[in-house]
Parts: sequence; structure tokens; C-alpha cells
Amino acid sequence: MSEPILELKNLQTHFPLHRGLVFKRHTGTVKAVDGVSLAVQRGEVLGLVGESGCGKSTLARTILQLVPATTGSVVLEGRNLTAASAAEVRTSRRALQMVFQDPYGSLNPRLTVFATLAEPMLVHKICPRDEVTGRVAELMKMVGLAPRFMQKYPHEFSGGQRQRIAVARALALQPRIIIADEPVSALDVSVQAQILNLFAELVRRMNLSLIFIAHDLSVVKHISDRIAVMYLGKIVELGRAAEVIERPRHPYTRALVSAIPTPDPDAERARQRIVLAGDPPSPLNPPAGCAFHPRCAFATEKCRAAVPPLERLADGREVACVRVQEI
Amino acid sequence: MPLLEVSGLRTYFHTRNAIHRAVDGVSFTVEKGETLGIVGESGSGKSVTCYSIMGLLPQPPGRIEAGSAIFDGIDLLRCPPKVARSVRGKRIAMIFQDPMTSLNPYLRISEQLIEPLIIHEKISRSSAVRRGVEMLEAVGMNDAARRIDRYPHEFSGGMCQRVMIAMALITRPELLIADEPTTALDVTVQAQILELIRRLQRELGMAVIFITHDLGVVAGLCDRVLVMYAGRAVETAGVRAIFYQPRHPYTRALQRSIPSTQPKGAALFTIPGLPPDLSTLAAGCAFAPRCESATGLCLGQDPPLVEVAPGHASACLRVQAGEI
Repeated sequence: MSEPILELKNLQTHFPLHRGLVFKRHTGTVKAVDGVSLAVQRGEVLGLVGESGCGKSTLARTILQLVPATTGSVVLEGRNLTAASAAEVRTSRRALQMVFQDPYGSLNPRLTVFATLAEPMLVHKICPRDEVTGRVAELMKMVGLAPRFMQKYPHEFSGGQRQRIAVARALALQPRIIIADEPVSALDVSVQAQILNLFAELVRRMNLSLIFIAHDLSVVKHISDRIAVMYLGKIVELGRAAEVIERPRHPYTRALVSAIPTPDPDAERARQRIVLAGDPPSPLNPPAGCAFHPRCAFATEKCRAAVPPLERLADGREVACVRVQEI
Repeated sequence: MPLLEVSGLRTYFHTRNAIHRAVDGVSFTVEKGETLGIVGESGSGKSVTCYSIMGLLPQPPGRIEAGSAIFDGIDLLRCPPKVARSVRGKRIAMIFQDPMTSLNPYLRISEQLIEPLIIHEKISRSSAVRRGVEMLEAVGMNDAARRIDRYPHEFSGGMCQRVMIAMALITRPELLIADEPTTALDVTVQAQILELIRRLQRELGMAVIFITHDLGVVAGLCDRVLVMYAGRAVETAGVRAIFYQPRHPYTRALQRSIPSTQPKGAALFTIPGLPPDLSTLAAGCAFAPRCESATGLCLGQDPPLVEVAPGHASACLRVQAGEI
């Protein structure tokens, strides 16, 4: 395997909590990302799934250096971003772009499509000023928007079209890797399909790498090569997309997969569902040992004792569960 | 006799520039104890339909132009407010999408939970609280007697939705209207809430109208399904028929655009174009401009919802003619 385009090594992002205005006291730490190691290859789509609060968005923001990492490193094309200067990080962002969940909130309502797409190119001096209009038109065509809408404002577009603008903005700097944080969650089924097709096509055509964050497993399975499952700041399972969904190994992944409703009445009524008890625990005060053990049907004393490491099995799957061979 | 019979419901929103036909002639029935799923994309009128029935429509700009909603002999759209109030919140209850914002943050759970009982039943406060605690236990809240005096912000989203359900069911309604109650929740919590609704429905024998855009949820929960598009009902049938023999091009297209029904890696089927603007809807089938089977006839004539097989109605002229 060639050198990965992006590599995370034991990445941790902790948020300290304080009380009091004048005499600040440290009252706790939220371990939003707690020791994540990952590698993304060129042209690969990595799906990242987990429930709200599991740290997937914080992980994305840490990779982009939008929030500082507590420890660990983010290595992009051989350069460690966590140790880099602000100027170096800015240059690296050309290679690393993001698409956000809410296309209503992530576009500046006062900027036309042209201004939105031209600004990053001018800031990063991607092309001479007189070629910008041509580049913008090209980008719009690439994401399936007619260039004649260049002077329109975001409110004149539908949700799906806005998400296309957001994708075009990410592509403006010719990145090598895009992080998409729940890019289709706010869209209707039929529009969601259009945006998924767009991502798949761009990845194929431009040899892009994509980290695709979502909570909808069927969407992630469809688009990803590999899937990483997160629970409370840690990756609990990592493997090839179809295998993870069809034969989940970690008890949490099993519960997650069994909770997805499938659009097939007979299968849906026949299946055995694992209904997890309780809510995900607070990241402020995570359970000792394996964070999933209070909700896990297979938990034993062993699970309470120590945090299980993410270990590679014979078939290449990586699972963080001490009982994985027995269950 | 059905428990609820809605016929010819038209709800329009009158804005300064246009009339927005949010619901345009929708009819359906709900039998005792059954679960009806109402499916459609945003703007299809599924929520406005239920808001109209419940009298929750902001008027103005909204206005119910025509139609009736007969519940046990009472027309909810025309009866005196006092009669409507005696039904609403007691015999028909509703739960909403966002549990965090539909509870009053200033009031303790106990206050909000027992309010329907205090209003609708001659009951003392202490016995109402006792019923409240029982109801919270029924929706799976541990230590309910103590937690009933907490405020909504002290609960998670899933717990708030349980409180909402407890509040809706405390008067033992005959009909529960659930407007996307699990959309804001995580899948594992969604599974818990769906299981809870299923169990309580069995125990109380109530009917449920379940509004959602998630076809997977419909498949597992509903007995019958009503598919809406652009303010109209385009297809209604039993749940198996909707999934295994859909009889409307829109229903078919919707199913084909779900990733889990498609082979991995293949391009997903997409419906070309956008949903129509409901203020400038032309004559003819509202789906025709996006439909791959549309002909000239579809553009000229409003398709009525007609039974095409026993218990299966479709508003597609070509399906009715047996062509597709």
C-alpha cells in the first residue's frame, strides 16, 4: 500500500470545563476525541458513523485544525499539522476541505454563488483574477449547477442545490481530501440520492479522498470503501464497508446495524432487533473500562476492568472488544 | 365505521403574493386500533394535514377551505370550539418531532404531564400525579417518582420524547398522531421509541397516525400507508402492497432512491427536477413534470385517487388505465 494521504496518530481532543468567572476552577474534562488512529488512502472513501455526541464532528474539526488537538498528530501528505505554524496550516487547507451538514447555515447569505466560489481561489491565488469567472463556471458545471445562476444568492436555491454550492466551494481549491460532515442528513430522500451520486462521481473522477460522516448507516455503506464506527470518542470497529454492515463484530455495531429500519415490511417484522437500554453515557463521566459495557449484553467483569484496544483480527477487521472472539 | 374519516380536506396558506395550496383535497380513514403511515417529502403537506385535524393551524395565514374530519360522529373542522376541546388532548393526542422544544422549559415535568388530566378529568392533583408517575414508568423511565419533579433540560432527547409520549397517552386517547417523533433522535434511541409506541398501542388498543419521511420506519410499524406529494394523496394501500407492488410512479421512484435498496457502488436512482411550487400549481398531475411515465394526458387532467386493486388506490391515470 502506498503512503496514506492522511494519517491520524493517537489523536485526542479534550475540552476542559471551568466553573466561576473570576476564580476559574477546573471541574472536569470532556474527552470528545480520545485516542483515534486512522489512515486514509488516496482515492478512498472512509465512512465515519456513530450517534450524536460520539465525537465524529469534533474529530473532523480537529483534522482541519479548527479546534486544537490535545495530543497526537494529524499527518497530511507527510506534514504534521498539529505541530505546524498557522501559516503552514492555512496552506495545507488547500488540500483539505470540508462540507458541512446544514447548507442553510454554511453559506454566507450575503454572497452570490460567484463570490462564494471565487473568494477561496483569490485568497489562495489558485488562478489569475481574469480566469476566475471561467473557473467558477467550470466548478458549477462540475457539481451540476448551470453557470447562469452565478449571480444568484443562496436563498434562491433549494436545499439540494445549496449543498451543491457547498461542494463546489470545497472543490474550488482542488483539494486532495474532503471531509463531509453529515452532508445529506438535512435533505429529502430523493435529493439525498442526487448528492450521494455527486460525491461518488467526484471521488472517482478526481481521485479524491473522502471522509464521509453520517449517522445513517445505509447511506454510509453505499458510498464508503471502509467504515469506522465511533463510540464516546473512540473507534470501536473499522473494516470494509459491506462487511462491517453485513457482519458487524463489535456489540455496539451490531446494535447499531440492527436498529436501522429497512424498507421491507416482511424482513422488518421478521428480524430480531437488539434494542439497547438507556442513552449513550455522558462523555464527561464515561464508564470505566469499555465505555459501552453498561449497555452491552455481553459485558463481563473483564470489560469493566480495562479499556479494550482496537485490535486487528485475522480477516483484517479491527475491533475494540475483549470478547470479540467468544461472541 | 372508521374512527376518523377525513374527506376532501383543503388547507391553503394565504400570503401577500399568492395562495399556497399546502393540502389540496386529501381524504383518508383510520380504523380503530390500526396504524396509518403518512409518507412524503418536506412540503408534501403531511404535517399540515394533521395540524388541520388537531386545530393547531396558525389562522391566518392558514385557512381550511373545504373538507371534513369526522371523529366518532363529530366534525372536528366545524364543531363548536368547546366540543373540539373535549376531543383534542383527551381522545386524540399528538406528539411532535422535536421533544426538546415541545416541552415547556419553565415547567416541571409533573406540571406538564398531568395538565391534560386536570383539564379533562375530574381528578384531584395528588391522584393525577400518581397517574403521571405510573405513565412515566410505562414509558420506561426509572425512578419516575423522583424524576417527575425535574425540568425538561435535565433529560436527554430520548427521555424528553418519552415524557411527550407519556403526556399524550395519559388520558388514554383512542387516536395518537405522531409527527416525525423519531426524526431528531439517534437510531438506537429511535428503535427504543418505536418499540415503546408499538407496545403501548397494543396495550391501549389505540389507533396511530404516524407521519414520517423514513420508509424504513413505515415498513416496520404501519398497517396502511398514505403517500403524499404536493399536497395531494397519490397512493394508499396496505403496507405490503406499498412496498412490494407500488402502484404510483412517485412511490416507485421514492423507493428506488433509498441507498439500502440499491446495489453498493451503483449510481442511485434520482428523481429529476424539484417538487413543484404549491402556489403556482398548474392543472394535471403534480408529479407529471418529474415522472418518467408521464404522457400529454397527465399534464392536462387532474388524476383522482381511484381504487386500482382491493384496498389499493392510486392517483395515476396511466396506472388506472392499466398501462404501467
